[in-house]
Amino acid sequence: MEQFLSLTLGGVVSGSVYAAFALALVLIWRSTRIVNFAQGSMAAATTFIAVAVIDAGGSYWLALVVALLSGLVMGALIERVVIRPVEGGPELNAVIVTLGLFVAIQGIVALVAGVDERAFVPPFSKVGYEVREGFTLLSLSPNSIWTVAAVLVTMLALTALFRFTRVGLAMRASAFGQEVARLLGVRVGRMLTLGWALAAAVGALAGMLIAGDVSFVGPTFMDTLIVFGFVAAVLGGLDSPIGAVVGGLLLGLALNYVRGYLDDSLLGMASLVILVVVLLVRPGGLFSTTAARRA
Amino acid sequence: MSETQTPTGEPGAASDDAPSTATAAANASPARATGRRSFLPRLTLLRHLLILVVGAALAVLLLESTELNTNIKLGNVAYLAVAAGGLTLLTGLSGQISLGHGALMAVGAYTTALMLDVERGDEPPSLFLVFLAAIAATTVVGALVGVAAARLHGPYLAGATLALAVGIPGLALYFSDTLGGEQGITVRPPERPEWFDNAVEQLSGASGRGLNDKWVAYIAVACLLVTYFFLANLMRSRMGRTWRAVRDQEVAAELAGISLGSWRVLAFVVSAAAAGLAGAVLAIVVQLAAPGSFLPVLSLSLLTAVVIGGLGSLTGALLGSALLVFLPPWLIDIGRDVFDMEEAQASQASFVVYGLLLVVTMLFAPAGLVGTVRLALLRRRAARATAAAGGR
Repeated sequence: MEQFLSLTLGGVVSGSVYAAFALALVLIWRSTRIVNFAQGSMAAATTFIAVAVIDAGGSYWLALVVALLSGLVMGALIERVVIRPVEGGPELNAVIVTLGLFVAIQGIVALVAGVDERAFVPPFSKVGYEVREGFTLLSLSPNSIWTVAAVLVTMLALTALFRFTRVGLAMRASAFGQEVARLLGVRVGRMLTLGWALAAAVGALAGMLIAGDVSFVGPTFMDTLIVFGFVAAVLGGLDSPIGAVVGGLLLGLALNYVRGYLDDSLLGMASLVILVVVLLVRPGGLFSTTAARRA
Repeated sequence: MSETQTPTGEPGAASDDAPSTATAAANASPARATGRRSFLPRLTLLRHLLILVVGAALAVLLLESTELNTNIKLGNVAYLAVAAGGLTLLTGLSGQISLGHGALMAVGAYTTALMLDVERGDEPPSLFLVFLAAIAATTVVGALVGVAAARLHGPYLAGATLALAVGIPGLALYFSDTLGGEQGITVRPPERPEWFDNAVEQLSGASGRGLNDKWVAYIAVACLLVTYFFLANLMRSRMGRTWRAVRDQEVAAELAGISLGSWRVLAFVVSAAAAGLAGAVLAIVVQLAAPGSFLPVLSLSLLTAVVIGGLGSLTGALLGSALLVFLPPWLIDIGRDVFDMEEAQASQASFVVYGLLLVVTMLFAPAGLVGTVRLALLRRRAARATAAAGGR
């Protein structure tokens, strides 16, 4: 029972990181119908920038701000320079371009920062709270509370942005009907760039949270996360931010049970099985209501 | 069954699965498309047989005129090219992407390693049997994956196969008792027959220690030639045409009585068989099957090879594989000598180049190397034909 409780809480924590990652993928999918496979490498890059800030004597919080800002800039640049030409083209071309970015950015990070993994100190203690005498919940620590809270706040902020601001409305409009939005005076191109920038910033946050959670960073430390984030996003239907968060939490729980009761090495296989089952049974995600349309 | 289930972005987008310019170039048969006379036989089988014989002669020439070190590298090119050939058939012809071919190679490699385990005392089975078993095992896995993949498209398929690439190496760790865990399984080098020693002695006078590596390189190149002969025939056959129909016009293909689902599964199975053979050859060339050799980066490198070379073109897949083998050492030298980097760090430069090449190819020349050259030739011929017709 105690193990189950601990695994469940741990699942919520890692699930919220998957959720942040899935959120980044969904933001991009909604606006440009592209799955950004480079998200993991981009997040690794921003996390390494943060590490450089910390190495230079900056605090974690300064590093976090720098990471988010560099995410914004990187996302906007990538959209403008390499994604714009393949937007609306054949699906495979866009997929291959983001895969190319995935490999290239990872290589650049390793070239600049070296291939070795390095320690990363989380902002809060990772010592679990003692619930009662002699029973410490390992997975419930100040750092894990910070992780979950940061993701929740981000999700709420994004929801508010989309629902209550003019920019959010314009972004939604350009995602749903590009031509109509353009006719009504929305600068669609700018909205797409903004979408990518926001997504990259959310990805950068996920990178910082994951680095704190596992206590190390390396050029490839986000490799599995791109798969988990994708599975979480597909669980939620790829189209809805709330679906992404719920999908992330569900996946986090499922994978943590696999980790606890079976073995670490089966995580990849487990996520594959979950993904295939969802795609075959409910291709529109767990919450889809409309039937998939056939082109 | 034939329903593509994953929601597509916009109506009509589903038929755009494959990069169309990319494949248009690869589709054109070199000689027939323009009606120009060619010195090659018109009959496809004869033409391919001729190319096979010439290829074999060139391969012997190449292997005998180069150092042992290059022999080993050519062996590496050969197994990468076998896998890339399978991938180019899948992505170029049937329009499905796979980021899981590295994982499928792992299946072939581990099958081989289990049959040729160094620690097994008994007489090893013949290499031919081992290869057949590796192909069979991978075909089964490929069929399973293919059934799921037939219903997915574009980014969904890419994500699912990427999950496969991440998942399969984990299995080797989980079943570490039989599969050797992180260290992997050491593979027994194949016995080389006596006639090979004599033949090499006659050809280039090489003898002694390196001969086993040479024998392995010959096996690898032989596998490459046979696979490409088979794949080339397949691509020019009724099956190849059906796959192109499935890729380009789903609805029209279905109206013509083609079952989209089963043809997609079949493409995956053929492609997986090639990847399985590639894995088996890898196991023999490297003499080791370990999870570290089958990271997702291997699958992405294979994709790089086929995209840069030109989707749907076997020549392109071969050129791309050669790039994968010969580019990294060169870049490492530059990194070490010019930038004073450590070797592990400098080796990352090749990934930067792969990634940038992928992006640049897709942006500026989606047809890849071979496709772009072929398109340019076709265009020149067409222009000349128009000019000739206009002058009359």
